[in-house]
Parts: sequence; structure tokens; C-alpha cells
Amino acid sequence: MNLLVTIRIALRALRKNKMRAGLTILGVVIGIAAVTAMVSIGQSASSLVQGQFESLGTNILVIFSASHRHGPVHHGQGSIRSLTAGDSEAIADECPAVLATSPIVGTGGQVIYGNTNWRPREMVGVGTDYLIVGNWTLRHGGFFTERDISSSSKVCVIGQTLVAKLFQTTNPLNETIRISNIPFRIIGILEPKGANIVGEDQDNIIMMPHTTVAKRLRRTSFDTVDVILVSARAVDRMPDAQREVRQLLCERHHVAPGQPADFEVQDMTEIADILGVITGTMTLLLSSIAGISLVVGGVGIMNIMLVSVTERTREIGIRMAVGARGGDILRQFLIESILLAMIGGLVGFGLGVAASAGITAVINSLMKSVEWPTVISIPAAVLAIVFSSAVGIAFGFYPAWRASKLDPIEALRYE
Amino acid sequence: MNDDAKPLIQLSDVWKVYNLGEVKVEALRGVCLTIESGEYVALMGPSGSGKSTLMNMLGCLDRPTEGSYLLDGEDATSMSRNGRARLRNRRIGFVFQNFNLLARTSAVENVELPLLYARGVSASQRRHRAVEALKQVGLGDRLHHHPGQLSGGQQQRVAVARALVNDPAILMADEPTGNLDSKTSREVIQLLRTLNEESGITIILVTHDQDIGRHAKRILVLHDGQIVEDTTDFGTALRSLHRDEDHLVVPPPHTPAQGAKRPEGTSKPMG
Ligand SMILES: Nc1ncnc2c1ncn2[C@@H]1O[C@H](COP(=O)(O)OP(=O)(O)OP(=O)(O)O)[C@@H](O)[C@H]1O
Ligand SMILES: [Mg+2]
Repeated sequence: MNLLVTIRIALRALRKNKMRAGLTILGVVIGIAAVTAMVSIGQSASSLVQGQFESLGTNILVIFSASHRHGPVHHGQGSIRSLTAGDSEAIADECPAVLATSPIVGTGGQVIYGNTNWRPREMVGVGTDYLIVGNWTLRHGGFFTERDISSSSKVCVIGQTLVAKLFQTTNPLNETIRISNIPFRIIGILEPKGANIVGEDQDNIIMMPHTTVAKRLRRTSFDTVDVILVSARAVDRMPDAQREVRQLLCERHHVAPGQPADFEVQDMTEIADILGVITGTMTLLLSSIAGISLVVGGVGIMNIMLVSVTERTREIGIRMAVGARGGDILRQFLIESILLAMIGGLVGFGLGVAASAGITAVINSLMKSVEWPTVISIPAAVLAIVFSSAVGIAFGFYPAWRASKLDPIEALRYE
Repeated sequence: MNDDAKPLIQLSDVWKVYNLGEVKVEALRGVCLTIESGEYVALMGPSGSGKSTLMNMLGCLDRPTEGSYLLDGEDATSMSRNGRARLRNRRIGFVFQNFNLLARTSAVENVELPLLYARGVSASQRRHRAVEALKQVGLGDRLHHHPGQLSGGQQQRVAVARALVNDPAILMADEPTGNLDSKTSREVIQLLRTLNEESGITIILVTHDQDIGRHAKRILVLHDGQIVEDTTDFGTALRSLHRDEDHLVVPPPHTPAQGAKRPEGTSKPMG
């Protein structure tokens, strides 16, 4: 018997008992909706994480001074030496796998322009290559030059949030702002980056030459830096870069072989990987819960199909009497349960998409600064359909097989 | 009858034994039977004598415990389930006492059913042949009625159309008029007769109704799973039937002396 006819017969059989069909597929609907919602929320979370890391640059190494990690910076303490701008330059010059480096010196404070003031989230001193290392682009103006660094010029580059907070009407370029009563000229304006993974506004930033921050704002050693950011030439050069950096710094800091180093090198991809594993595990966990509900849905289908086979014993007998083979009967009932499951799958997919859209909308409204993407993936749709038909086949087979094995005479005699 | 070619149906020493654990029921006990193409055979006998069992056997719905059955020279005994399904589909049309139509399915779709399981019949051919078959049984104006919207006689005619739609060699009817009043019974029987005479289709029917048996060209009387009479003469068959009854039932005290003819129409054998 041809497949189309079989499908038509199955659809008609289902239509005869819409209420029951609806209740039967409920389990699969919920299962698939759960799978879909879980997977798409998981995907949107991981794409968010991934986007964040891309905005920072995945080929970044972060070098901390070992002492720096344990509290405020101490200088000249025994053999422990702080990281210096010289280290940063040396890494840039001598490590072939390194594209660029930048020293980072952090501080904080009020920025005043006219009679408005604002406290940026980040106030950092950086090197000339920070645009490359930090994955920033300039919208207007220029960036710090070697001369700005060596002379600790009173210049700065600001992010979009500061533009919005301090300069409603005027063009900020070349305007002068004051920090701790020191005037700084704005020489550049950054392109916006948006919020980071934890919802912090990355555009709420002001940058200055690291020497300026160290000398004029922190009033510490001219040369000492908090962190050195290193950008490798490519993601696959990361291991090389890491090895070269360690070697060079050990030499420069006179760390004897076998002794603990006075610095730490952290690989951002490691963090990205860990986050990936975490979101992956979450997705897997939630999906397996959803999978269990699918199995429950499948058992529901099997149950109803068994009832249906019993109820339609006489119909089966009639069909056999006029020449239906066991295979024809098997196919008829199998198609029926596959259709049931597939309809459940499609409805469930729709509900799942709606649910995940709703959930991301709620998240987005609660965390104003982050934009969780709503991911509706075609693979997830295909997966939902494949899953649900698999459920239909797995749980529909036994009832269909029972139907196909009925004895025609007994089936005809069934009341 | 004719000595050319092989007979349509040939049963030799067919037994059907139902094994019910403790007891064994021998529904058929060594039935030998030959039926030629184009015959009109009535199977009669008391209830429980094995008529339906024999019909199911002949219709390839069942297979014998022992013995052999050749249908058109093909051995139906050793055939697989699928093989028998194919035979039912191509060679045999069934009509049942309780019609056995699919509920909530139109007449024409019921009639199409056998063609659904036949290879290589297109949807338009199916519809065409089903409509033709329904016209043949005089239901050309009831194509889209559901069984529930048809009278008993009409339902049985739909069933006959369904049995005919595949151009089978044999039409088997197990008490086709058992659920019909006498007038509609006559109509259905007339239809079967016409089919036999005009289309040459072989008809085997089970009946308790002597009026119907009377019109058969050949009558088989079954008793206790054995054919006790095989005759073309209805009188002989009737005597054989009555002998069974007299043998089985002690005559009630108020009945006249033996040999008195029973009134006709009340002659349904007792079980
Ligand atoms: N599936 C079965 N299991 C056990 N015994 C059976 C089965 N089918 C039929 N029988 C027995 O076989 C015998 C013949 O039954 P069958 O149905 O052929 O009788 P019948 O001649 O058609 O009777 P009726 O006129 O009442 O329809 C009966 O004794 C019946 O009890
Ligand atoms: Mg019977």
C-alpha cells in the first residue's frame, strides 16, 4: 500500500478522536517544548559568552605579578619584582608569536566637565597598542603615541557612555576634562562595545597613557604596571606565545629553574573553554531532563496505541480479510503513532521557541545592559522532528507489531 | 463435471482441531471436497457442525491442522501468512453475516478497500472500479453514505460490491442473510444468483434458510465436521438435514408421528 494513502488513513483515524489524540501527544509536546527551550536558551547563553570573549579577543594572555594577586602592590619586596612597562616592551619586541602588548595601570576617580561630573567604571592607563590588544576601535580622533607615554601627557580617550554623560551638545574632541584637578585633553573617542557578560557597561571607560596614571594620578613608580595584556598573532599561536612569554619573563626576573615564578600567565581561551564546558554541561543536563519527559510522552503514545489496536481489532480483521498483509497493518499503526509524535513534536517546538523567546525577553528586561540573543536554530527544529519521530517509532512499534500479528478470524469475531 | 484442467478448489482429508488444553475440539474431520469454477454451492448443517470453520479454510483465513487445500492448483496449506493474504486479495471475495464494513467510512471507500492492498492500482482506477461495483449491486446513488446511513440490505450489498471489486474467482458468503428480513434476503440472494449466472463467478454460501438452499445448484450438508451429503437435489439435502435433527433431538410429545413434513419457513435447524 502506498505511503501517501497510509498517511491519509492514519490522519483520518486520528481525526476521528481528536480529543484523545490531543491528550496523547501532550507528553511529547511538553518533552519537545522543554528540549527546544533548553537547547535554545543554552545556545543563546553560550553565544553570549562567545560574543563577549570575541569582543575581548580570544587570543589574549593576561600577565599578573604574583604579588599583585595577594593584595595591594608591594615594591622591591625580596626577590619578588613587579611587572614593568619594560617587560611589556620586551615581550612585544622579542616574542615572535606575540602581536602586541599593553601595560595596564588601573585607578579610579571623578571626571569633571564644566559643571557635570561622572565616575567612569574603568579608568585605566594603557600603552600605545592597547587598541589592538583590547580589541577596540576609534570612532573619532587618535590614540596615544610613544611621546605621550614617555612624557606622560595629560591626554585621554573616552568611551561612548562618557560622551553621553558629559557631552550632550558639544563635540568632546579636544575638549578638556578634569580628573583630580588635573586637566586632560580628549584626543580620541571609542566605538561602542556594549555590555560584557556580567552586564557591565564596557563603554563606561576612560583611557590615559599608563605613565600618566602611574605618575600623576597614582603617584607611584613611573615604570610599575598592574597587568600586561599580550595579544598573540593567532589563536593557534597561543601556546607558543605563552611559552615565549614565560621564558622571557623568567630570564628578565632572574627566576631560577624549578623556582616558582613571580608572575602568572593566564590564557583567556582557558576561561572561555571552562565557560563553554559549563554551559555545555547545563545544556546536557537540562536536555536529559527534557529527554526523560520525552520518554514519558512516548509511553503515553504506546499506551493509547495499544488501546487503539484493541478497539480496532475488528477493523484490522476486516482489512486482513480483504487482503492486508501483516506489514500493511504494521505500517498503518506505525505511521499513526509517528504522525502523533511528529505533530506533538511540531507543536512542542513552537511552544519551546515561544517559551525561550519569553525567557530571554524577561532576562533582557531584568538585565538592561545585556542583550541575550534569541536563538531559533534550524538544527534544533530538525532535531525536534527527528526526536519525536524516533519516539513515535520506538513506542509505536510494539502496538503496531501486535496489530500485525492478530489472527484474522479472531479479529473478525472480536466484539 | 468437466474433466479439463484442475478444479478450482480441492480439499483432501482436511482436519481442523482446536486444542483447548484439556479438550480437543475437532471442528472438521477429514473433509474431502472438490469445487469447480462457476459452481453455486450452499453449505448447510446444524449449528456447530463446522460450516464457518470450513468457509474460513476455503477463504484462506485459516489453515487446516491436517490435510491439503489446493486453490486453483496453488497449495494454500503450506503458504505463508502473506501468501494467503495475497490469495484473499486476488482470488476471494468475502461477505459476512454482520456485513463487516468499516464504520464512519463511505460506501465507496469501503468498496475500495481490497484495491488498497492490491499492487499497482492507481487512486483514480480504485475509485472508478469501486463506483462500478456499487452500480453493479444497485447502489450507484449511495456512494458517499456511511454504513450507519444505509439499511441492512444496502449494507450487505456494499459488502457484496467490496467482495466483487477485485474480480475474484470465488465469492464466499457466511450466512449473508442472517441479519436481514426475508424480503431483503431474497434481493441479496437474487444478486448472488445473477452474479453466478451472468459473470460466472463461483459462489459458496453458508445458510440455514431452506429457501436459499433450495436455489443452490449444489448442496453440501455438514454434520459434526464431516460432509454427510453432497447433492444437487434439494430434497435429498433436506432429508439429510432432518435426519440430523431427528437424530439429535427427541421429538416433542405433541408432534405427530414421524415422517410428517415440517411446515416450511420454521425450519431453522437447532443447535
Ligand atoms: N477458535 C475456536 N476455538 C475452539 N473451538 C472452536 C473455535 N472456532 C470454532 N470452534 C468449534 O468448532 C466447531 C465448529 O464451529 P463453526 O463455527 O464452524 O460452526 P458453524 O457450523 O459455523 O455453526 P453456526 O451455524 O452456529 O455458525 C464448534 O464446535 C465450535 O465450538
Ligand atoms: Mg458459523
